[in-house]
Amino acid sequence: MMEFLENSYFLIAVTFAVYVIAQLAYRRTGLMLLNPILVSIVALIGFLIVTGVPYDRYSEGGRMIEFWLKPAVVALGVPLYRQLSAIRKQLLPIIMAELAGCVIGIVTVVFFAQLFGATREVIISLAAKSVTTPIAMEVTRSLGGIPSLTAAVVCAVGIFGGMSGFKVMKLTRVKSPIAQGLSMGTAAHAVGTSIAMEKGSYRYGAWSSLGLTVNGLLTALLTPTILALMGY
Amino acid sequence: MLIIQLAVLFLFLALGELVVYLTGIPVPSSIIGMLLLTLALQLRIIRLRHVAGVADFLVGNLGFFFVPAGVALLGYFDLIRDQWVAIVGASAISTFIVIGITGWVHQIIRQSTHHRPSSRNTHTTPKDTE
Repeated sequence: MMEFLENSYFLIAVTFAVYVIAQLAYRRTGLMLLNPILVSIVALIGFLIVTGVPYDRYSEGGRMIEFWLKPAVVALGVPLYRQLSAIRKQLLPIIMAELAGCVIGIVTVVFFAQLFGATREVIISLAAKSVTTPIAMEVTRSLGGIPSLTAAVVCAVGIFGGMSGFKVMKLTRVKSPIAQGLSMGTAAHAVGTSIAMEKGSYRYGAWSSLGLTVNGLLTALLTPTILALMGY
Repeated sequence: MLIIQLAVLFLFLALGELVVYLTGIPVPSSIIGMLLLTLALQLRIIRLRHVAGVADFLVGNLGFFFVPAGVALLGYFDLIRDQWVAIVGASAISTFIVIGITGWVHQIIRQSTHHRPSSRNTHTTPKDTE
């Protein structure tokens, strides 16, 4: 009977169930720290440790879910297309802000990780930390980092950026709603976007998801070059 | 219609794979596929209805698809114990800087172009998609 715990379809069902429950808990409480992705990861790790199901067996089912990451990234082309007209209306401010956010985000995280003595594979895994998880994981994977570390760090960055973002912007006097939304989306992807929507109007959220998409694209295109310039 | 939308999505993913295979560029195939999809929509080679339903479902539930990948952290407890200061410290400092600078750059550049008459349009909002 215990062997059934290692059945791939059972483990997929458990993954669905855990995620649905985590999402419910997040919506009921509204607590940022209960980010459904992080909670699901922690709960499933706990489940594997308690039941003694080896990770390799879990990943046989997990791979079937992970398979949908690539098509999901392609699907981001639809929101990008819907945002094109908005991007074109203020092309220069948006492109310059996104370029600055993207390059500075990669350079600073690599610099400080180096300073604090992180190893090469960890540094590579952190480079894309600002952007939405599927894109960040793809970047990490293609550069030889640890995709699972990227996934966890990206979620944590989203929560942290979402909680502290508006305080930081007060310090640097970022006042316009467009700029605030862009900043949140650029630095803290979907989690920052959801907070921007709660704090402000619909407008914040829309600009924030624009920042998320454009920075995701720039980060995917520029990370290999920036890492190479920094000696990785 | 769902089957057509899935076909379109995987067609563009396959095109992305082909571009990476032919050129060897270090960019994920899915990103190339995303760009080609955007381009095809813009050029009206395909219409939104050929891809939107499945795409919106996948984008709306992005979080779920990388949960199993995150569970792989299970194998990296030692690495995290040894390097958590660098991981947390570098990510936090960098996030602060990005939030501070992105909006600041946008404000500066927009203010310097603000007085042109055409900039009235800049207050419009992009369609919210996520």
